[in-house]
Amino acid sequence: MKSLCLTALIAALAAHGAAAEEFIIRGAVVHTAAAQGTLKNADVVVRGGMIIAIGPDAGSSGTPNATIVDAKGKELTPGLFGGLTDLGLEEIAAEAQTVDSAANFKSPAWDQQWRPELDVTSAFNPRSFVIPVTRIEGITWTVLAPGAADSIMAGQGSAVVLDGRYDAALTGSRTLFVQMGSAGARMAGGTRAAEYMLLEQAIQEARVAGPAGPGALLHAAGKETLARYLMGGRVVFQVDRAADILSVVKFAERHGMKPVILGGDEAWLVAKDLAKSNVPVILNPLNDLPADFDRLGATLENAARLQRAGVRIAFSSGDTPQARLVRQLAGNAVAHGLPWESALAAITSTPADIFGLGATHGRIAVGRSADLVLWSGDPLEVTTLADQVWIAGHPIDMKSRQTELRDRYVEKLKAHQAR
Amino acid sequence: MHSRIALLLWVTLGVFGASNLCAAGEPFPSTYRAPTGTPVLIQGATVLTGTGERLDGTDILIADGRIQAVGKGLSAPAGARIVDARTKWVTPGIIDIHSHLGVYASPAVNGLDDGNEATSPVTSNVWAEHSVWPQDPGFETALEGGVTTLQILPGSANLIGGRSVVVKNVQAATYQAMKFPGAAYGLKMACGENPKRVYGEKHQAPSTRMGNVAGYRQAFADAQDYQQQWDKYHRELAEYDKKKAAASAGGPAKKTTDKKDKDAADKELTPPSPPKRDLKLETLAEVMKGNIRVHMHCYRSDEMATMLDVADEFGFKIVAFHHAVEAYKIADRLAEHGVCAAMWADWWGFKMEAFDGVQENLAMVDFPERSCAIVHSDSADGIQRLNQEAAKAMAHGSRVGLTVPPERAIRWLTANPAKSLGLEDRIGTLEVGKAADVVIWNGNPFSVYALAEHVFIDGALKFDRTHPATQPRSDFLLGRHIAEAPL
Repeated sequence: MKSLCLTALIAALAAHGAAAEEFIIRGAVVHTAAAQGTLKNADVVVRGGMIIAIGPDAGSSGTPNATIVDAKGKELTPGLFGGLTDLGLEEIAAEAQTVDSAANFKSPAWDQQWRPELDVTSAFNPRSFVIPVTRIEGITWTVLAPGAADSIMAGQGSAVVLDGRYDAALTGSRTLFVQMGSAGARMAGGTRAAEYMLLEQAIQEARVAGPAGPGALLHAAGKETLARYLMGGRVVFQVDRAADILSVVKFAERHGMKPVILGGDEAWLVAKDLAKSNVPVILNPLNDLPADFDRLGATLENAARLQRAGVRIAFSSGDTPQARLVRQLAGNAVAHGLPWESALAAITSTPADIFGLGATHGRIAVGRSADLVLWSGDPLEVTTLADQVWIAGHPIDMKSRQTELRDRYVEKLKAHQAR
Repeated sequence: MHSRIALLLWVTLGVFGASNLCAAGEPFPSTYRAPTGTPVLIQGATVLTGTGERLDGTDILIADGRIQAVGKGLSAPAGARIVDARTKWVTPGIIDIHSHLGVYASPAVNGLDDGNEATSPVTSNVWAEHSVWPQDPGFETALEGGVTTLQILPGSANLIGGRSVVVKNVQAATYQAMKFPGAAYGLKMACGENPKRVYGEKHQAPSTRMGNVAGYRQAFADAQDYQQQWDKYHRELAEYDKKKAAASAGGPAKKTTDKKDKDAADKELTPPSPPKRDLKLETLAEVMKGNIRVHMHCYRSDEMATMLDVADEFGFKIVAFHHAVEAYKIADRLAEHGVCAAMWADWWGFKMEAFDGVQENLAMVDFPERSCAIVHSDSADGIQRLNQEAAKAMAHGSRVGLTVPPERAIRWLTANPAKSLGLEDRIGTLEVGKAADVVIWNGNPFSVYALAEHVFIDGALKFDRTHPATQPRSDFLLGRHIAEAPL
């Protein structure tokens, strides 16, 4: 009932175009995911899509005609990170015509063509059915991660905001993605040693400007792209085995790249080294099975052990239609020893920091984008639902194709059973 | 409502009933024997019985592998282990009717890829148990999630994929030692995209949904013909036995000296030859006799309706539709037919036939009277958290006015799957006489923070979170700590 009232209020608010102006969320438990931690009975003041004030009486500093949203003591968090996904790049994974998440140049291992200049951000469709399904669960942004199809050099992707805008990429978040480990080894010719051999070759090519020579991995555009990443660029390496993680970190640092580990099922085994090098890990904390020989050390305590060692962690299931499950990932990590605040940070502020967005996104803090979620209960609990989501200060219509399907059939069912 | 008599019968027969069946010639008999453990008294728990009741501050007495008593202030028998469960919740053991543990084991290497006999669209001759690797570490992680019984199925590449096997989640070196004594076999069938894709890509039938339906129908038509041959044989054999008996009874009195007459009589008394056994058709014939239970992978409501008609045509029953993503569209019809729908809480969108998934599916299917909603996993990850899957579905149901309290939701994981396996008289509820498959949770199981602390199977403590050293560990994982140890 309360959520209905809230929805009605939001609808009215949106109709008057007031959202972009000023509104106050009053009396919430505010999990800032910032230095302030959790503030009880606090107000958040939003103007022009930005957070302009936070605090117990911040609401009183608002302009007199600001709209008030009474949070009634419910919990407010920053908009959540959906993980590394194909949101807006993939409608239905099994239907190739609806998928834009990976390029396959069908180049054989012995005659590879690497295209780091590929950026899947340009294929993003903000009007995908999957996006409303995801954002009404509190997910306000994701990082588009290209898949590796026939070479370990997957290409680039960016963070995008999920409010339906066409120009959705967030400045400064562009990242290069490389597939390592046994999956990469198969693409590189059959051994993980070939991954490094080819990477060394590509880097050598990138360091010499001009047109590509015969037998080169890279085209001119690719050389230019890769060269940029050799000057402190962020490169996400997908890799799970402890030994591979250490090799990747060493390799990346030697060549001036800023590595991020994706996967990292065995990262806890090398937690101290990762902490020392300040290399973050984006993991799925539910992975606990020796799913392959790269992941024999998988454990539900991965997240907690990394956090205790001082490694920065973020969560990603890697699943596109189920990107909405990041909260469940975080909640389970808590059940297995991760502090609650670190779990929230792993789906808000830490991924924002990792992708260069810490100054604008991922926290409830003055000057940040008003990407906010008001929850029906503990945000990490599976029985909690999002009551209202705001992106850049705009209230999201809390509907999707799924809620329309549900509404169509639930009414029929109730009517039939009532007979 | 199952009869009290049936329940008592099981109590009396115990596992011996199953042994007799095995002695009668069932191949690959179960060698599982319920262990003898000390009695256990669980005190003061919040108990979800699986019958739809919630009992607060209640005790449960376990002995001889069974639930002996459920009530307040029970006294402990001599030597009983006492568990203080005043802050705990207790539920029946969780039952997953859709697992591929052991047939698609971890690690996912070619050598362990044994789930789909994708060489022919009808492989009712294959039995999942012959692919089960008992050392799959997934069994242990599932146990940690409270799973005590699971049905392992072949994959869904085929229209008719083969026989399932129901196992107790106990560590063993052979699948026979896990096999649930006396449990009926299931038959895995599959609708929709998987069979048509797998065989369409090989340029053979089926490549369409209409090809799928033709495939099921022809297979059962062949099985009808096969059964008729056996029926004919049994009639002729009965006739032969009768004549032979009459001949031997009248033989000495009616002394015949005519050689010709004797030859004719002998010829008439030649026993009929049995038809050759066909393992494919034998399984399907058993399905039509009601001895094997059909579990069908089917996403779309229209295909479920088609399959109900196919089942009517050939006189068999589908006990459950699995992956029933669109079951909410025909929830009334499924309840009327007494067909269970096994569902995920929220999987959707990964293929076209999963595009209409909604998170209220379980709550909607549960809503009609006589419904049978089940949470299933189909996943080595999901099986570890079936309680959380139910919890998510409860929250979404509640938001559209379909409130499902914990005492009812627990049935999605216990009593309802037991019913679909035909084991409702033995497992799935905490009633006196039922197998003591019991989970003690550290709190309300419908929470992301809940963990199973103790898991009992047939009264024996199989998982104890407080004693890691006693937890089962697959042979496969031995030696890892040595390889990982720093120099």
